[in-house]
Amino acid sequence: MLSVKNLHASVEGTAILNGINLEIKPGEVHAIMGPNGSGKSTLASVLAGREEYEVTAGEVTFKGKDLLELSPEDRAREGVFLAFQYPVEIPGVSSTNFLRTAVNQVREYRGQEPLDAVKFLSLMKEKMKLVEIDQKLLSRALNEGFSGGEKKKNEIFQMAVLEPTLSILDETDSGLDIDALKVVAHGVNQLKSKDNATIVVTHYQRLLDYIVPDYVHVLFNGQIVKSGTKELALELEEKGYDWIKDEVSGTAV
Amino acid sequence: MTLSLKKDHKLLDLFLKSESVKTDLPAFSDLKAESRLVLEKAGFPVAKSEEYKYTNISKKIADTIENPYAPYPISGLEKVEIQKELIQSIDGYRIIINNGTPDFNLSDAGDGLFDVDYFTDLDPSEVKEIGKIEKSEKDPFSALNTLSFTQGIKINIPEGSVIKKPLLLVNYVKADENGSCIHPRVFIKAGKNSQATIIELSIYLNEETVFVNSVSEWDVAQNAHIRHYKLQDGHKHTLEVHNTGANVHRDANLTSVVMSLEAGMIRNNLSLNLNASNCEGNMYGLYLLNGKTHVDNHTNVDHTQPHCQSNELYKGILTDHSRGVFNGKIFVRQIAQKTNAFQQNNNILLSEDATVNTKPQLEIWADDVKCSHGCTTGQLDEEALFYLRARGIGKESARALLLYAFAGEVLDKISVAPFKKYCEKLVHERLGGSY
Repeated sequence: MLSVKNLHASVEGTAILNGINLEIKPGEVHAIMGPNGSGKSTLASVLAGREEYEVTAGEVTFKGKDLLELSPEDRAREGVFLAFQYPVEIPGVSSTNFLRTAVNQVREYRGQEPLDAVKFLSLMKEKMKLVEIDQKLLSRALNEGFSGGEKKKNEIFQMAVLEPTLSILDETDSGLDIDALKVVAHGVNQLKSKDNATIVVTHYQRLLDYIVPDYVHVLFNGQIVKSGTKELALELEEKGYDWIKDEVSGTAV
Repeated sequence: MTLSLKKDHKLLDLFLKSESVKTDLPAFSDLKAESRLVLEKAGFPVAKSEEYKYTNISKKIADTIENPYAPYPISGLEKVEIQKELIQSIDGYRIIINNGTPDFNLSDAGDGLFDVDYFTDLDPSEVKEIGKIEKSEKDPFSALNTLSFTQGIKINIPEGSVIKKPLLLVNYVKADENGSCIHPRVFIKAGKNSQATIIELSIYLNEETVFVNSVSEWDVAQNAHIRHYKLQDGHKHTLEVHNTGANVHRDANLTSVVMSLEAGMIRNNLSLNLNASNCEGNMYGLYLLNGKTHVDNHTNVDHTQPHCQSNELYKGILTDHSRGVFNGKIFVRQIAQKTNAFQQNNNILLSEDATVNTKPQLEIWADDVKCSHGCTTGQLDEEALFYLRARGIGKESARALLLYAFAGEVLDKISVAPFKKYCEKLVHERLGGSY
């Protein structure tokens, strides 16, 4: 589904990704872990099409298409979803209006009829249950005045409504208490199917107790330096990231 | 500098030496003579004048207006269908102004809720009230209006009259070779405990260069609640100066919303005198500018008594070579304790060549007050734009959605639903997004 080959990216002239290789197949959950500044969020942003990152080398194909050629909106319409680490507050834009615009533009791209108000509303209601989001929140301006947990729930709610094939969760666990974490993870697990895949970007193993990954990759200095199964995450939790750093510098010497 | 001075003289000559200012309104001859003196002494603002330093409208008028006379009344106005959709969609009382002169034949009767009178039909005590709120000394263009108006209207809302439907003040303008200067004049007296909403708009029947120089005076009596919405949506060759002054009395409330969407150059001077305790003045504005359009909002709120409140929010979206100017004066006198005065001016610039000059000016002499002000000028929030696009919303509609949300805060101040809808439609069209 997603194939990343030798991906290099920089921001304002500073190289951050230095040759990422990653293969993701439908139905898989991949966790990307790594110390602060290793390039985890950059990878998520580059995949979603954030324009301040410049791809300097490498290629990314998604369902056979050159992902890097697509605008952020077309990536979303093709089925890529980025759950933001810091969801943006947008005063004056109602959550409902926003989401309906998004759903219908995605549908239009796929050659589907737009959803009318009634159908859209029933879709919203169905998906609201999934992430236990309060309807009152959705009548407010997008993310405005939402708590950290509410913002993250809203991300997963949007994911549920848009039904992406590839979801990238960028530190979705940061700032969540354990209850909110469970709700968010439950939502993500409910949405899992044999046809879609998930990338979970996280610093801590905690989230992976609830969203169990098939593969764990450790990112360091803009490269995947170690890959393994969920046991690798536990090892990282126990030993920290220093041994990875040592290992990497060891091989370099 | 010399050039500006020359132009200034040119403008004085244009207006004072022409017959445009000779009117046969004997009741107003003293007032007009006084205005003439004021104008001769003060002259029109030049590039160096502090109050007009970003808006050299004198030069603009001197350069483009050759004929200072008022155009003849538009004939066949009753058949004009332009903007019918808007005017008919609003269930209200129409007051029609034809090239600066009120036309009662085309206007609606007030159902006993209010009266409209020509200035020439006012009795001497009423005549005396004219020019007291908007004094000629305040602004040269106000003096010019006083000197030049050939007719005016007084809208009288009697004590206790609650007018549910809005009053629709429609200025039809059609400049031609006979004249291109119009000086509309309105005096509105809102009696004690009265309530009214007044929507003011101008409809231009051609795109000839025209100078519209209006003065509105508002006397808002005790516990009256007045809302005034003004839509400025002309064409690229309009030059406009609007002087609006209000005296707001005890427990009264005046809300003004000005939307400037299209013009050559506009200067709005809005001043509220909060003259007694517990009154409230609200000033809101939205300007969406493109091309070389230049809009200048100067506001002034004078807190002269304790326990009053003023709220001010002006927002602008500018592109191309347009220019926006905001100057907000808040004056809190020494006895005006417990004043609440809030002011905000926020701007989004969409092009490199668009300019905003914004200046809050607070003079606070009382010590127990809550006053705040803030100005921002920036670009569209890139982070928000990316967020919307990452959800599949196209760049153009995402941009429109964000800009519309920005403008919406001002549009939400409009309480007349069909008028609000109409303005929303105009703003949507302008922001280029169907979403």
